[in-house]
Amino acid sequence: MTFNPPLRESATFDRGVIAEIQRAAETGIYDIRGWGAKRKLPHFDDLLFLGASMSRYPLEGYRERCGSDVVLGDRHAEFPLHLDIPITIAGMSFGALSGQAKEALGRGASEVGTSTTTGDGGMTPEERGQSKHLVYQYLPSRYGMNPDDLRKADAIEIVLGQGAKPGGGGMLLGQKITERVAGMRTLPLGVDQRSACRHPDWTGPDDLAIKIIELREITNWEKPIYVKVGATRTYYDVKLAVKAGADVVVVDGMQGGTAATQDVFIEHVGIPTLAAIPQAVQALQEMGLHRKVQLIVSGGIRSGADVAKAMALGADAVAIGTAALIALGDNSPRFAEQYRELGSDAGFYDDFQAGRDPAGITTQDPELARNLDPVEGGRRLANYLRVLTMEAQTLARACGKSHLRNLEPEDLVALTIEASAMARVPLAGTTWIPGRS
Amino acid sequence: MTDTATTFDLRTTTVRSTNKALQAAGAPARSVITAPRGAHALACGLDSDIDVTIDGHVGYYCAGMNQHATVTVAGNAGVGVAENMMSGTVRVQGDASQSAGATAHGGLLVIEGNAAARCGISMKGVDIVVGGDIGHMSAFMGQAGRLVVCGDAGEALGDSLYEARIYVRGTVASLGADCIKKEMAAEHLAELTELLAAAGIDADPTDFTRYGSARQLYNFHVDNAATY
Repeated sequence: MTFNPPLRESATFDRGVIAEIQRAAETGIYDIRGWGAKRKLPHFDDLLFLGASMSRYPLEGYRERCGSDVVLGDRHAEFPLHLDIPITIAGMSFGALSGQAKEALGRGASEVGTSTTTGDGGMTPEERGQSKHLVYQYLPSRYGMNPDDLRKADAIEIVLGQGAKPGGGGMLLGQKITERVAGMRTLPLGVDQRSACRHPDWTGPDDLAIKIIELREITNWEKPIYVKVGATRTYYDVKLAVKAGADVVVVDGMQGGTAATQDVFIEHVGIPTLAAIPQAVQALQEMGLHRKVQLIVSGGIRSGADVAKAMALGADAVAIGTAALIALGDNSPRFAEQYRELGSDAGFYDDFQAGRDPAGITTQDPELARNLDPVEGGRRLANYLRVLTMEAQTLARACGKSHLRNLEPEDLVALTIEASAMARVPLAGTTWIPGRS
Repeated sequence: MTDTATTFDLRTTTVRSTNKALQAAGAPARSVITAPRGAHALACGLDSDIDVTIDGHVGYYCAGMNQHATVTVAGNAGVGVAENMMSGTVRVQGDASQSAGATAHGGLLVIEGNAAARCGISMKGVDIVVGGDIGHMSAFMGQAGRLVVCGDAGEALGDSLYEARIYVRGTVASLGADCIKKEMAAEHLAELTELLAAAGIDADPTDFTRYGSARQLYNFHVDNAATY
């Protein structure tokens, strides 16, 4: 009788690694996909709130008010944004997303008094029509960039980087380029639309300062100017953005999503959202502008706990992208069979670049896009945003806070040494912050 | 309407108030801006059929996002003159710094002198006519429109070009990825003649060479990876 030892998978060459090597050898091209980082990263789950007991006084959960509104961009702009909740919708383009998806985002966000954001490809009338507060992204590609739309926006977000791919441009593959998308971007039908990784008419922070003045001049100094960076050298980037004149800084962490980029980029560039927030806050505090230049944090926000933790670390608001798409119905079990036909499954689908999304969200195929009802999608998003807000309020009340903005690092501890060092809050049960004490 | 030009003297007024007046619904039909002294973002965001002359050198982003207006710079222009212009005409009588006409969607940009690097970068439909030379990486990722260069062009001309067309009278230091020399057919001579006339530049169209995209890199293919 022979003895067969149990199969033992290599930690270095696990089945995922083997499959990727085999795929690369077969195709000769790196993997391009959507979604965000899939590896386990230090995240908000590694933090805990210190609810009130004796030394703190909690607020009554279903009785006492906990405010959630936020004003964004009151540093220079005549008309700052006043949002009812501190959870905004991150920039996602018409092109990457269907018209129905963009409409649903606008409907959902408007229902709860928050903002949506355009993306690479310009502003659509439907989007402007459905969004009570619309942030117009000023991107390196300048696809569809139009001064009329600039003036129609409620705020302008200058995009320098994205959490899923700091330093990288975009790639909307030809199969998603319908006549309308091609027209908006002034490119031939079916051509891969490469979005530049850098702005074409400025080469550094000194130029950015002048660019911001130009945008203010064109819009009569009415609209807040956001500057969005992918989380990498966050401390320096935030300082330079603020020095250049930003009213709001958006920091997008490594867990941020994308419509399509190289897997190697998604998984290996940038720093976790958790690590970026304290760097950004430090930069603002040293400039004496924390809470005066608002900080929006994005990248892997999923729950009210994430919202509350980001705010406790010093963010004024958060932005959601991937989670908003899931709320609309992305990766829904309802489409499990169709996902399997595409070689994926509900909960795993990330081939946003292919344009075959059965949920009708990351597609330009009119047949597929019809699978998303924008009214129903908007209702689902609004529900989700309400839940996030209520969850965050529940946690804030437990910490004795009458407004979400009053959450502070003192309300948090970390479960791991890594998270403690990155978030700069003590390891649970100790007063130890690695690198500090 | 009156023929008398309204004067904005930047020694006594601000860029903000000048731009505000020029952007207003009742903006003066003809204006002269004096003593610009390299001011940035001057005459940007104009949105009506008005005529603005700037008497001197300007800084960055002069006439940015212009629509309908005719802007003349009687001097040199800094970075990004007429960036993202939608329509109208911008004329620089001197030289222009880098990124002239960047991402512009329409209208006509004339630079009577030389333009530095990245002229017409990501151009999206604008016509640019340069009386002198242009620097490196001009028309990089140019999507649509025409770039006419009466002098020489620097390195990597038309790199990753889409459908923008380039005409150069002088030498080209080097062509960028996927940019090739193309035949000058009658329609191109006619087009060039028209552009030179619109720019008010006296040059013989038959002296020019046309460049455009080989369209080999429109869709990514691994066999082309070495080209990037």
